[in-house]
Amino acid sequence: MRVAVDLNRCQGYAQCVYLAHEVFRLTGQEALTYEPNPDDERRLQVERAAAACPVQAIVIDRLDGVEGSATS
Amino acid sequence: MTVPATVAELVREFRANGRIVIVGASLAGLRAAEALREEGFTGSLTIIGDEPHEPYDRPPLSKQVLKGWVAADHTKLPRLREVDAQWRLGVAATGLDRAARQVRTADGEQIPYDRLLIATGTRARQWPNPDEAALDGVCTLRSRDDAAQLQKALAAPPSRVLVIGAGFIGSEVASVCRELDLPVTVVERGSAPLVGALGGVIGEIAAEMQRDHGVDLRCGLGVSSLEGDAGGHVRRAHLSDGTIVDADVVVASLGSIRNVEWLEGAGLASGFWGVGCDAGGRAFDINGVVTDSIWVAGDVARAPHVLYEYQFLAMEHWDNAVLGAEAAAHNMVNLEPHYHPHLLLPGFWSGQFGVNIKSVGVPPFGDEIVFTQGSVKERHFAAAYGRRGRIVAAVTFDHGKWLEYYGKLIEQSGPFPPPPPGWDQPGDMKPIPAEFPQPGVPTAIPDVVLTGHDPSERRAEFRSRRR
Amino acid sequence: MVEETPWQQALRYANRANPYPFYEELRRTPVARQPDGTYVVSTYQEIVTLLHDPRVSSDIRKLPVPVAAPAEGSAEAEPITEAVISLEPNIITQDPPEHDRDRRMMMPHFVGPPHSPHLISDLEPDIRRIVDGLLDHMQGKTRIDAVDEFAYPLPVTVICKVLGVPPDDEPRFHSWIETALDALDFGPEAASEEMQNRLAGGRRAVEEFEQFAAELLDRYAQQPGPGMLSAMVNEDGPEGGMSKGVLVSNALLLIFAGHETTVNLIAHSVLTLLRHPDALEKLRHRPELIVPGVEELLRFESSVQFWHTRSAMEDIHIAGTTIPKGAPIFLAYGSANRDPKRFADPDELDLERRDNQHLGFSQGIHFCFGAPLARLEVQVAVGEFVRRMQNPRLVEDPPPYRHNQIFRGPRHVLVDIDGIRD
Repeated sequence: MRVAVDLNRCQGYAQCVYLAHEVFRLTGQEALTYEPNPDDERRLQVERAAAACPVQAIVIDRLDGVEGSATS
Repeated sequence: MTVPATVAELVREFRANGRIVIVGASLAGLRAAEALREEGFTGSLTIIGDEPHEPYDRPPLSKQVLKGWVAADHTKLPRLREVDAQWRLGVAATGLDRAARQVRTADGEQIPYDRLLIATGTRARQWPNPDEAALDGVCTLRSRDDAAQLQKALAAPPSRVLVIGAGFIGSEVASVCRELDLPVTVVERGSAPLVGALGGVIGEIAAEMQRDHGVDLRCGLGVSSLEGDAGGHVRRAHLSDGTIVDADVVVASLGSIRNVEWLEGAGLASGFWGVGCDAGGRAFDINGVVTDSIWVAGDVARAPHVLYEYQFLAMEHWDNAVLGAEAAAHNMVNLEPHYHPHLLLPGFWSGQFGVNIKSVGVPPFGDEIVFTQGSVKERHFAAAYGRRGRIVAAVTFDHGKWLEYYGKLIEQSGPFPPPPPGWDQPGDMKPIPAEFPQPGVPTAIPDVVLTGHDPSERRAEFRSRRR
Repeated sequence: MVEETPWQQALRYANRANPYPFYEELRRTPVARQPDGTYVVSTYQEIVTLLHDPRVSSDIRKLPVPVAAPAEGSAEAEPITEAVISLEPNIITQDPPEHDRDRRMMMPHFVGPPHSPHLISDLEPDIRRIVDGLLDHMQGKTRIDAVDEFAYPLPVTVICKVLGVPPDDEPRFHSWIETALDALDFGPEAASEEMQNRLAGGRRAVEEFEQFAAELLDRYAQQPGPGMLSAMVNEDGPEGGMSKGVLVSNALLLIFAGHETTVNLIAHSVLTLLRHPDALEKLRHRPELIVPGVEELLRFESSVQFWHTRSAMEDIHIAGTTIPKGAPIFLAYGSANRDPKRFADPDELDLERRDNQHLGFSQGIHFCFGAPLARLEVQVAVGEFVRRMQNPRLVEDPPPYRHNQIFRGPRHVLVDIDGIRD
């Protein structure tokens, strides 16, 4: 699956880290990093994390089958 | 039929059957494509990108990818909806014929459009000496492939990494090196890291951060030349003070170059700082006249900004790509008075040395700075930038929850210094000079720049980046 | 007699079950001065702005002690909050830098070490076991109380385990908390004889609760044990430990807030879903909707309706009003979460609501400390309740409410059921 975090919105509440620490990590108090393409088995965790974000900064793919990987 | 009715009919027809070409298949290009479909555009959509990869997210490249936690190809961007586009990936656009309304590609095709979105972004500035730049171990960091290559080099591990240029990317690379326990030397022409973006006062704090984490930081110096071994691998660097640094990985983080060369001869207001456009993303031609069929979004766009005296603002920021693309896409399939302006308050972040640095506004527009909250010693603080009694920007170190307060003040052209907080006041709350380098002093170019009033500004091209 | 403000009416016990019509009226004046000088902020945007404004203090010691308006003809009334709020500050009644330091120190004991904050997610199997046990225990019944038999026992069991509070002490602290909560009133009824009588009891209850927490912490100081409280006493972070008084105050906060708000959220979730049979049915068929669904329930019936310890450190201009320096500021989250300027159709329950940046846990530096645990508990509890209850029907609507205005929730939610699935 695919995830991106809008780190301009992110204020370091770390809720995602507590709910899905294999996918989201803090370096220090506030600097968030994450695995942008985690395994599908993490989906529930990631969805929980995205729902819990107090500033709704986590974007999850809304498509399962992905187009665009092929060139013309 | 009345004229407005005819125009409305044309717009309907365009939305249904028009042809849109997006040049640039990164964040801005993808989000624009999605927004076009969201707006109800059902015509043909072609997305041209010079990299062979589908759109990916760049911020992780200089952090979790370099660290080795995340694979470089694990950065594909989430999709918000189907875009039903023709993807032309791995093929660069090489020319634009505005008269014929065609984009020329590297494989010799001419792709016709009714409306065009330019979202070609930037690329890394290479080490200026091509022979030295070609040495094994000399890297830049902008693309996914760059990141994969550099990550591999760091994992080797090298005996020492040399980072040339202490802007955000250079500082983040140095931070990752220290996390990986790699010896790292950072050479910066300016007086301190981040000085172009945040000024000398904050730069000094960034410098202390680097040194505390074991970075061999050398400011006010340049790299004169790089030297390789018989096998063509870089081994050492000669600095401008005559000293030598032995290093087997060299990261040239010299800022970015806007991808505008393909527009040569097209008669658009394109140049060093990108392609001039109005605040709704409509491109200007070279005379400053707005075009009807060409839009610009993302890092390559520069548009006048109401908050900064209508000077053109160029922003290499994540949300500028997203929101600029959405505004441009909306305007491509709508008519005045329903255009959306893209009036973003600039904002960026950088995670380095365990600290989250965030900023809003345009710090270099300010000439003074005042610490407003927290403790510099603990690197847990907020500071505001001012100019002529108005707040124009703010920066926080691990204080991101307070940033939107300053953002609101900036939007309202609030006073500088801003009203004091009710608690946790820093020891000294007197405004001091922010110490931005004089124009012309070489250092990392900040990733948000006011570029003057002229839509086809060329002055900047004469700002030498020679080393 | 002077007409009561919408805020005063919203605070009346008779309106506890449905304060929303009064909130709607209140929002016409986003920042509304009350007769006692308090400024009540009821709209989303203004609340978010103030939550990020460093000129607003949360420090209860900087607040003028609110006093109930004396009943007509009676003498000066008792101070309201003093009775039920301990004197030492805790993280929710503190400003930076002390707030930041103490919260930073407490967090790893709750969520786990920074490099692997796994403690909350590790609790999921335990939470499931407790929920299963509670539901199994109701087998054979045709009428249940969703509060006493379900919403209350889960969070209290979990928080005892997390903190290391002996479960046998539950009846004692339960009674202190009930007594204290019933004595706290910010509305026109505070001056009533009954509320004035409750104040003494509330004060005593808090003292005993404090005594209890202090003794527990002393025991852990001598003999470290499992749980967060022992860790807070024994594992000083690099920044040094908290003073005894602050430790006790934070322990009280953790025990109390660690379950009380979750009880109300589960109770309200059950109540709300039973009132919205379509939503209930949807959730039964699409159990994955529990994740966004709980966010909607947090928005719809916020467990903390407002917060009362903030005050202005400077004159603050907002929404056409100036909150003068020194004035108490109440932020009405329960109203903001129903603000139509922020949420489309705010009085509709939409378990799939897309743009749902609610203030159920507040925002800014005082964002709910226990939010990840609360979310997990409610997702599991409500998800299982919906899955297993056969044909649940609300017996009484509205159900009886507890007295407290901040921590608003039903005292009982009686539900008739046909049975419980496995």
